[in-house]
Amino acid sequence: MIIVSGIFLLTLLAIIAVAIVRTKNLFVAVMLTSIFSLLMAANFFILDAADVALTEAAVGAGVTTVIFLSALSLTAERERSITRKRYLAIFVVVVTTLVLIYATFDKPRLGDPQAPVHQHVAPWYLEKTPEFIGIPNVVTAVLGSFRGYDTLGEVFVVFTACIGVLFLLGSRRGPEYAVYEPSPGNTGLSHHLIPKVVSRLLVPFIVLFGLYVQFHGEYGPGGGFQAGSIVAAGIILHALIEGEAAALAAVPRAALLGMVVGGAMLYGLVGLAGLVLGGNFLDYSVLLSDPIAGQQLGILLIEAGVGVTVCGAILLIFHAFAARELV
Amino acid sequence: MAGVIDGLSWILLSVGGMFVFIGGVGTLRLPNFYTRMHAASLTDSMATLLILPGIMLQAGWSLATIKLLAILVFLLLTGPTASYALANAALLSGMKPEESRQTVGDKTSAS
Amino acid sequence: MYYGVAFAIFVTMGLAMVRALLGPTVYDRVLAVNTFGTKTALLLAVIAFLYGRQDFLDLALAYALINFIGVLAVLRFFQNHQTDKTNTREE
Repeated sequence: MIIVSGIFLLTLLAIIAVAIVRTKNLFVAVMLTSIFSLLMAANFFILDAADVALTEAAVGAGVTTVIFLSALSLTAERERSITRKRYLAIFVVVVTTLVLIYATFDKPRLGDPQAPVHQHVAPWYLEKTPEFIGIPNVVTAVLGSFRGYDTLGEVFVVFTACIGVLFLLGSRRGPEYAVYEPSPGNTGLSHHLIPKVVSRLLVPFIVLFGLYVQFHGEYGPGGGFQAGSIVAAGIILHALIEGEAAALAAVPRAALLGMVVGGAMLYGLVGLAGLVLGGNFLDYSVLLSDPIAGQQLGILLIEAGVGVTVCGAILLIFHAFAARELV
Repeated sequence: MAGVIDGLSWILLSVGGMFVFIGGVGTLRLPNFYTRMHAASLTDSMATLLILPGIMLQAGWSLATIKLLAILVFLLLTGPTASYALANAALLSGMKPEESRQTVGDKTSAS
Repeated sequence: MYYGVAFAIFVTMGLAMVRALLGPTVYDRVLAVNTFGTKTALLLAVIAFLYGRQDFLDLALAYALINFIGVLAVLRFFQNHQTDKTNTREE
């Protein structure tokens, strides 16, 4: 079953990838990229990787499509045609492909229990998670606690990406900065009555569902990254319907900047609290008197930090693009 | 009783699967954008209404049923709304519903 | 019994994808993407049952919500872009 559906999905993926590369209309390419993300999410799901599938669905199909479209509306629709031949590029691509195909000859069979990835650290994590951390979702345990330092790096990467986009597109007031404030009039779809009513019903539920995913990350698929994307998608829906000015009135830029900075700092502070209370950096066992409860509290706090940072970053990037096109 | 539930579930799932397939074939084969929209919105509503209750009957009274009910409500709310918004956008941008391509004879819309 | 439904949904996803690749106008492609998204949400629900893992239903719910936002985003940006050009979008 996995093999058949895997082959089917991967064939569709290859066809879509060829179509994305060959089309000249960039709008079509964005639509096909959305289908590509869906196929990847279904693929991850079939391979039993639920957290990754949820992140891919939340980020790839919703947020990435919106941001690509808002960037496209600032530029031309068709790709410029290439006039000169690029033999060197074709040669490099062909050689790399052949090397990669040769490397896959050594790959272990799908799901082989004797594969190296199942031998060294993975069984230790699976055994020791109930003993040290006590939560059912091993992925969150590894992400939050055993490899917490990597996740700290990821949060700071998201933060840096957000700062990079803001430097390029501008967010401060003043005539010498490239500041684009959205026009106070309504630019959304709100003259359509039906989407407006349905979206007003849906936005609170989307934000509530995002909070559910955030706090449920220890028991099922979920966690900070997914929750941040879902809440951001809900607020983007509000912005699409009522106009960006309404969304900025609801969650102002200062609050968004505070969220981005505050989330990353929360993570760092939890790590430092571990140092101050006598353990190592990012050692949550010393946060409370009971080490297992301390681990769970630590994971809860850092996931909250991650979720807040991701939500703020996505919304800031969206507002940076979407406000520009109204000038 | 379990047999009745199983049988009902089978019927709902098979008919739902058929509707999904019919909608898919319709999206591919019908000649015009608006007619394809009819086929696509058929899968959105009917397939959801049949497949998800079929699965709910198998799940019994549990948390999974509540989640499936939530998925059902959201798909039923958002599917027709998306179709409406898409058709409205197409109409406002000037795409006119025209006759099928086979009848070249009289076109009632002035394109 | 779930295998039959999953197979039907897979086939429909393939058909919708062909429409996304072929469709002469952009609205055809947006329609295909929307259909693809709804079918993916249904597929996730069916496969979650097939595997017996009930907590995977969260993904289907997230997917159903996010798909709607994608389609509305297309319409909002495309519409604003269109009012500058005022011609029907043909490929």
